[in-house]
This record gives sequence, C-alpha cells and structure tokens, in this order.
Amino acid sequence: MSYLGDVLALTRKDLRVELRARDTLPAMLLFVLSTLVVFHFALPEGSGDHAAYGLLWVAIVFTALLGLARAWVAEQEHRVLDGLVLAPCDRSAIWLGKTLATLAFLLAAQAVALPAFVLFFAPLGWAALAGVLLANIGICAVGSLMAAMAAAGRARELLLPLLLLPLAIPLVVGGVGAAISPEGERYLLFLLLYDGVFAVLSWASFEYVVTE
Amino acid sequence: MIRARALEKRYGRKRALAPVDLDVARDAFLLVTGANGSGKTTLLRLLAGLLAPTRGSLEVSVARGRLGFLAHEPLVYRELTALENLDLYGRLYRVPERRERAGMLLERFGLWEARNERVASYSRGMAQRLALCRALLHEPDLLVLDEPYAALDEQGAALLDRELADLVTIRTIVVSTHDSARLEQLATSRLALA
Repeated sequence: MSYLGDVLALTRKDLRVELRARDTLPAMLLFVLSTLVVFHFALPEGSGDHAAYGLLWVAIVFTALLGLARAWVAEQEHRVLDGLVLAPCDRSAIWLGKTLATLAFLLAAQAVALPAFVLFFAPLGWAALAGVLLANIGICAVGSLMAAMAAAGRARELLLPLLLLPLAIPLVVGGVGAAISPEGERYLLFLLLYDGVFAVLSWASFEYVVTE
Repeated sequence: MIRARALEKRYGRKRALAPVDLDVARDAFLLVTGANGSGKTTLLRLLAGLLAPTRGSLEVSVARGRLGFLAHEPLVYRELTALENLDLYGRLYRVPERRERAGMLLERFGLWEARNERVASYSRGMAQRLALCRALLHEPDLLVLDEPYAALDEQGAALLDRELADLVTIRTIVVSTHDSARLEQLATSRLALA
C-alpha cells in the first residue's frame, strides 16, 4: 500500500510539474500533429492504408522519444534525484512513477493524434487501438529506464535515441502487425509479452542505474 | 558511526579525494575544511552513499532514510511550492505527521509566508533555507551538510547556528565549510583536507 502510495505521489508530482512548466506535452502535441500533416502530403496517393499505419508508428515512437528526452529534466535540475535516491522508499517506485507520468503524456498526445490520423489517413480498428495502448506501456517502461541512463551520461540527447530505438523495434512490429494483420490478436499477445518482460527488467534494474 | 580507511575517490586519472582515514562517533560533530578542489564535497557525497569509493573502505552505520543531506543544490523541484516539496519528501521519508512537521520547519526558517510560492521564484538564500528544512524534515540520525552557510544572509545564518546548537548533542553531524570559525565551538573533531 505504501509502495503504491509512493508511486502515486511521484506520478502526481510529475503531472503537477508539467501542468505548471508546460515543457513537454505541448511540444509532443505539436510534434505529432505536424508529423502527421507532413506525412499526409508526403505519402503518394494510392499508397494504401498499410503505409499509413507504418507512418503512424514512426510518429508515435518519435513523439514518445521527445517526451522521454525531457522525462528526467526536473530531477537533473538541482540534482533532485539525489534526494529521491536517499529516501527509504523502494527506488523502483521512482521509475514506476516516471513511467506512469510519461504514459499519461503520451496518451494525451495520442488523444489528439489518433483522431487526426483517422481524419487524414485510415480508420483504426479495436486491434490497432489495443496495439497502440500496449506499445505505449512498453515504450514508457523501457524508455523511462533508458532516459534515466542517458540522463546520467554526457551526451544524453544523443544517447537516448541510440538506446531506445533498437528496443522499440519489436513494439513497432507488434503495433503495425496488430493494425494490418488478420491475426492481430497474435501481435497483441506479443506486445503483452514484451510489456511484461521489459517492465519487470526495467523495474528490477532501475536501482543500479541511479546508484553508483 | 562513520569509519573510513584509506578512503579515496578517482574519476579516471583525476583524483577527487586523496586517501583519508576517518572515525566519527555517535553524536559527534565533525568539521571538514579545505581549499576548493580538496575533496570536501566528494567526501560528503561518499558519506551520504551517493558515490562509491574507488579505493579504501567506508562504513556508515546509518539506515537509508535516516540520513539528512544538504548539497550545493537544494534538491527540490523548482515548479513545486515549498509545502509541496516538503510534503513529497515527507511521504517518501516516512515522516509521521509530515504536514505539521513541514509547517513547523518552514516557520522556523522564515519561509511560512512563502510556503505556497513556487521554488523557482525563490532567491538563492530562500532556496537554501528550504534545503535545510528538507534535510531536517525526517529528524535524521546523521546530518551531512555541504557548505550550509552558502547564500544565507545573516539572519538565515543565525537561524542555522541555533538549529545546529540544538542538534549537536542529539545527532551526528558532518559539516564542510570555508567559515570554520563559525562552527569551531560546536565541533568535536576536525578534518582538514589538503
């Protein structure tokens, strides 16, 4: 109960900081919308829905990357992470709080982006939407850990995409597969498995990322 | 409470802290002095467990969460108010009746009127006072303070003097400072880093 309370307090803190600073979410919204507009004009006529679903995933992954790049900025300023790491709470709660907050930002960006996608490109079925939801969880779980690792390094802006993009490939495969394959459920199961495995790995390894 | 033998920290070839031996008994007051770059901050971060030694041994007999650490930076969120910051830390540090404790500290350090203002609007001195509130919030057994007088005005420094004088007999305290004369009377042991 106390663990969950810590996670919720940390998530609430991140949402409150973002609500006041407005650093991340507006940038994510603008980015995903402008990306979809560019794709709309760049995609030749008659390209079909399959190409559009692929482009949706490019937009989603890079929007998530944008949000994750700023995920630990508040903790880096004034070295707040030192204060959190010294607290007697389970350190994985810090990761989980950050993951949930990043997930909330990504969902908020998609609440605008997905209707825009339907308007510009193609309809989204339940399997495609479930794929987006499951992939979001995976991206945010792994991404929060990778962003914490990158934040500790010197070239953090360069490091995060290098760390995250290879790990995001299975999520893109699963997300696109869920949208276009007649056997979409298999891809959803694959995404569920990815989420489970990588969430546990990230949860267990966060402590080693933030301590020497 | 603290025992270090040949404790050393290096970053690659650069030596951040030359080998140092250290014994600090419970309820002692250790004053750490030294020139810029002598390793005061590195030593205090090692004691806090934020760094791992490169060589030597270090034992700090304090449970995680029973240590209060004041760094060069205030370790608080700029976009949160003083009260919100202390409430978050109070929760994570398991402080009973954290709101009352936070209110009492804010009042003691002259921040009560500014409790609902964002830290981003604070002066450096106000942020330092808030950092002291944060470090003292959970009534730590070991207090590690890195240059606590930095940015404090005379009134803030006098508040800190009083606080340390109250704590000196009931807490183990390690302080690094350039203003050693100010704490000379309270110190029970001294370490001068070269």
